[in-house]
Amino acid sequence: MGVEGIGASVARKEDKRFLTGKGRYTDDMSVPGMKYAFFVRSPYAHAKIKSIDMSAAKDMPGVIGILEGKQLQADAIGNIICGWMIHSKDGSPMNMGVWRPLAHETVRYVGDAVAIVVADSLGEARDAAEAVVVDYDVLPAVTEAVKALEAGQPQLHPEAPNNLIFDWQIGDGAATDKAIAEAAHVTEITLRNNRLAPNPMEPRATLGIYDSAEDHYTCYTTSQNPHVARLVMSAFYNVAPENKLRVIAPDVGGGFGSKIYIYPEEIVCLWASKKTGVPVKWTCDRTEAFLTDAHGRDHVSTVKMAFDKDNRIIGLKVDTIANLGAYMSLFSSAVPTYLYATLLSGQYAIPAIHANVRTVYTNTVPVDAYRGAGRPEATYLLERTMETAARELGVSPAELRRQNFVRTFPYQTPVIMNYDAGDYEASLEAAMASADWNGFAARKAEAARRGKKRGIGMSCYIEACGIAPSAAVGSLGAGVGLWESAEVRVNAVGTIEVMTGSHSHGQGHETTFAQLVADRLGVPIDSVNIVHGDTDKVQMGMGTYGSRSGAVGMSAVVKALDKVEAKAKKIAAHLMEADESDIVIENGELKVAGTDKTLPWFQVALAAYTAHNLPAGMEPGLKEGAFYDPSNFTFPAGCYICEVEVDPETGVTDIIQFVAADDFGNIINPMIVEGQVHGGIAQGIGQALLENVHYDPQNGQLITASYMDYAMPRADDLPSFKLSHQNTPCPSNPLGIKGCGEAGAIGSPPALMNAITDAIGNNSLTMPATPQKVWAALNAAN
Amino acid sequence: MYATNYHRASSVQDAVKLQAGADEGKYLSGGMTLIATMKQRLASPSDLVDLRHIPDLKGISVNGKSVRIGAAVTHFDVASSAELKAVCPAICDLAHHIGDPHVRHMGTIGGSVANNDPAADYPAALLALDAIVVTNARGIKAAEFFTGLFETALEEGEMIVAITFDAPQRAAYAKFRNPASRYAMTGVFVARRDNGDVRVAVTGAGADGVFRHSGMEAALAANWSPDALAGIAVNPSDLMADIHASSEYRANLVKVMAKRAVAAS
Ligand SMILES: Cc1cc2nc3c(=O)[nH]c(=O)nc-3n(C[C@H](O)[C@H](O)[C@H](O)COP(=O)(O)OP(=O)(O)OC[C@H]3O[C@@H](n4cnc5c(N)ncnc54)[C@H](O)[C@@H]3O)c2cc1C
Repeated sequence: MGVEGIGASVARKEDKRFLTGKGRYTDDMSVPGMKYAFFVRSPYAHAKIKSIDMSAAKDMPGVIGILEGKQLQADAIGNIICGWMIHSKDGSPMNMGVWRPLAHETVRYVGDAVAIVVADSLGEARDAAEAVVVDYDVLPAVTEAVKALEAGQPQLHPEAPNNLIFDWQIGDGAATDKAIAEAAHVTEITLRNNRLAPNPMEPRATLGIYDSAEDHYTCYTTSQNPHVARLVMSAFYNVAPENKLRVIAPDVGGGFGSKIYIYPEEIVCLWASKKTGVPVKWTCDRTEAFLTDAHGRDHVSTVKMAFDKDNRIIGLKVDTIANLGAYMSLFSSAVPTYLYATLLSGQYAIPAIHANVRTVYTNTVPVDAYRGAGRPEATYLLERTMETAARELGVSPAELRRQNFVRTFPYQTPVIMNYDAGDYEASLEAAMASADWNGFAARKAEAARRGKKRGIGMSCYIEACGIAPSAAVGSLGAGVGLWESAEVRVNAVGTIEVMTGSHSHGQGHETTFAQLVADRLGVPIDSVNIVHGDTDKVQMGMGTYGSRSGAVGMSAVVKALDKVEAKAKKIAAHLMEADESDIVIENGELKVAGTDKTLPWFQVALAAYTAHNLPAGMEPGLKEGAFYDPSNFTFPAGCYICEVEVDPETGVTDIIQFVAADDFGNIINPMIVEGQVHGGIAQGIGQALLENVHYDPQNGQLITASYMDYAMPRADDLPSFKLSHQNTPCPSNPLGIKGCGEAGAIGSPPALMNAITDAIGNNSLTMPATPQKVWAALNAAN
Repeated sequence: MYATNYHRASSVQDAVKLQAGADEGKYLSGGMTLIATMKQRLASPSDLVDLRHIPDLKGISVNGKSVRIGAAVTHFDVASSAELKAVCPAICDLAHHIGDPHVRHMGTIGGSVANNDPAADYPAALLALDAIVVTNARGIKAAEFFTGLFETALEEGEMIVAITFDAPQRAAYAKFRNPASRYAMTGVFVARRDNGDVRVAVTGAGADGVFRHSGMEAALAANWSPDALAGIAVNPSDLMADIHASSEYRANLVKVMAKRAVAAS
């Protein structure tokens, strides 16, 4: 590795602009004549709209236009769709209800958009929005998925009787039932995966610009995948054909999944720009974000894990009910199915697995992928079950895991996934050594003398990243392919631009992608620019989620670089009168191996563009593109250990230490990888200790609609993290990368919950383990 | 936020006059509560009268045991006052645990007391220290000042000028923070005067706002030690319940925080 190449902790190129306030986010964008939008939203969780009266609002100062759903429908703007088809076990397709970008018949959650007001200023738009009179016929609401399935509950969509969207299964039910029947021990547990609000630092925003002279639209938006946004808006929502719609996702301040989807506001602002004749900008405020950003998780599962007399797992049966909210968001159906149940084998060799998943409509904001997306739910379920089993069986939790690890690769699980490489024992050993697992008993005794209850817990996670082989996901119902694209454009003076279909919204692509190029060509990363986030500048791409940018996005760059290098070598061989196969690229030079003949990189680039002396028949220029479609998922894995002290008087949990031992395959920039793990663990600790979306079950009002009630993790809630890596390179992609963006959020919640339940001796604790709940559980246990 | 008129008052009289002359005038101090409420459009004063530049409302003075804190003194200034720390470190510690640095540099004691948020910290200190809320018109004893949730004895247009109290012999504040807002989910201020008089004031927990706990006061008057509180019962039925804490849990916290405050005093 060079100082700037693969493996170097290069300081992030993008940080100067972020840290000095020079980032350019959607809300920073301003165009001549731009006006401001405010959405009229439903204050009720469930109601029929009897009428919408805009007469008073229309005449308010500054108002340019007020538009409602009927007009949107008249203009043939499409309804919002879910892009992944799931079939129920009886073969019927999922029961998808209608999601109108602006509701005009029924509203189904607090915050459902009903009308858009465009005015000269945001204040005037808001004033007028308050004067829009919507007459509602309020209906009963239901917010809990389990309850929504019961008889006699409010019905959300006529398409989905009993609010059931689909009843899906995976694995071999008969074999699993047989294993349970024959088991020496069965561990049973019911687990709730709490509902989370994503809370990116930058709230969602969009700026829709219609150019009547060109009949062309431009959409600035807070998106993790601008090309997907364009595709969906043209193919499904009929906003404009792709060649008449440019989508730009400039700097984006975090997404965690919530900015994958196409929301009503983007569609409506583009359409409103045409209707009103002015560019329309909307930026959501924090409470609006709590109300309308897609939430994450919200599962209730019952688990049966069967063991033989030697404590080997022989079967796993899972029954999950997943809350999808009021409408099906873009990938909502994939999260509790193929992103979740396919990981239920964990790190273990389990011969029989069966999972049944029912997804349910409720009067809450839609639920979709949130950092980890399905995999945290699978890991939480498995790892709390493993810990519970170890306690019931009276064996060490480490030993029980070790005994059941998958040890030979490739390993075909009973739930689709084919694990290609890993060394689970290595991470377990490293984590236990780092945490001084063996010294725990002494620490517990010392804590007890201080009146504190000390506990330790572990979690061994696996996840599937590098999303995803296109044909495979196509066969499972995905509406898109999940390849990635890259174009490497070498300029005449040798500087380089890389257009990637990945999108950076905190991940540091501008640095790591440049490091890859620097490593290959030996040029400084300063001479490499990474271009992303603009459909006019970058060829079609699929964006960033599922820890895919390194494994898939960079692999596409590698393929394009291969082509660039091959052409550069041909030119260099021609100029130096050498054999092409003797040319090597090193330190920014093309050399004839074994001689002192060299040509600097920029001269070869210049030669490609002057085209005065190219090999016969060669086209001028040095620019190559590539599409990379992965052949498999990648499988990051690791072992997390958490040690806590509980104050029995107050129920407060203090995290004493947190150890993460991860296998991410090869690493481009260790500092950035550490940052990703830190952030992921912070979110996982947030889920386990603090965060919870709370809807009033009676009326569907969101109680946790601000930071007064929604507890985000703060720096002083977190310990220092002890990190290490035990990397086995990924065999399926050229860089051997597995992905690191979500692991922290996936592996940490069960480690923490296992530690707390160990400390207090009560396993019924649910996330978040707030002081009140821990105190109550402690008193119930004693 | 709805449009509003801003005025910067130069004196107490000026402020009172500006407020009285306005349609729906409101005093503005640190703005940490009022501006946020206006941004959410939950308040829409026609006029804001900014008090932060009135000399009479600024500064902390300590004369022997007698303390005066101007209404516009920020939480940061209370937390970091050496003079105050010398006679009543408990109130400095309390101020240091309000909100975050931004809030402490903007928010003021007068604003906090006038607002009487049931989860605010200062009301516990004022009640336990038997403080006087000095207004432009009169002095009001803390016990009479805090009248209910977000309710005070202030008349329309009446303005807090300062808080005064005599420094106690011993005092401490123990706060259990709400995990989300970090306001007090339960905060207990204990104080003992030279004459042996003991006060235990609880904030963040009472269904009607800040209150004194006479059982604890009697026990601590007899024996100023955490152990003295062992047998005391706190009745949950007088306490708040919300998604963060049941009244039973708050009752537990009242006792635990009281013990910790006594231990720290
Ligand atoms: C993020 C955050 C965290 C916080 N955490 C805490 C916490 O942990 N503990 C805590 O106690 N508080 C907390 N607060 C509240 C903070 O202490 C505020 O400063 C306080 O509630 C109001 O003080 P202010 O000076 O900002 O008053 P303002 O917001 O300016 O005014 C509040 C009210 O008092 C009135 N008022 C102001 N001054 C006077 C006066 N002199 N006479 C009469 N009426 C007056 C105003 O008209 C208004 O109605 C927090 C606030 C925020 C934003």
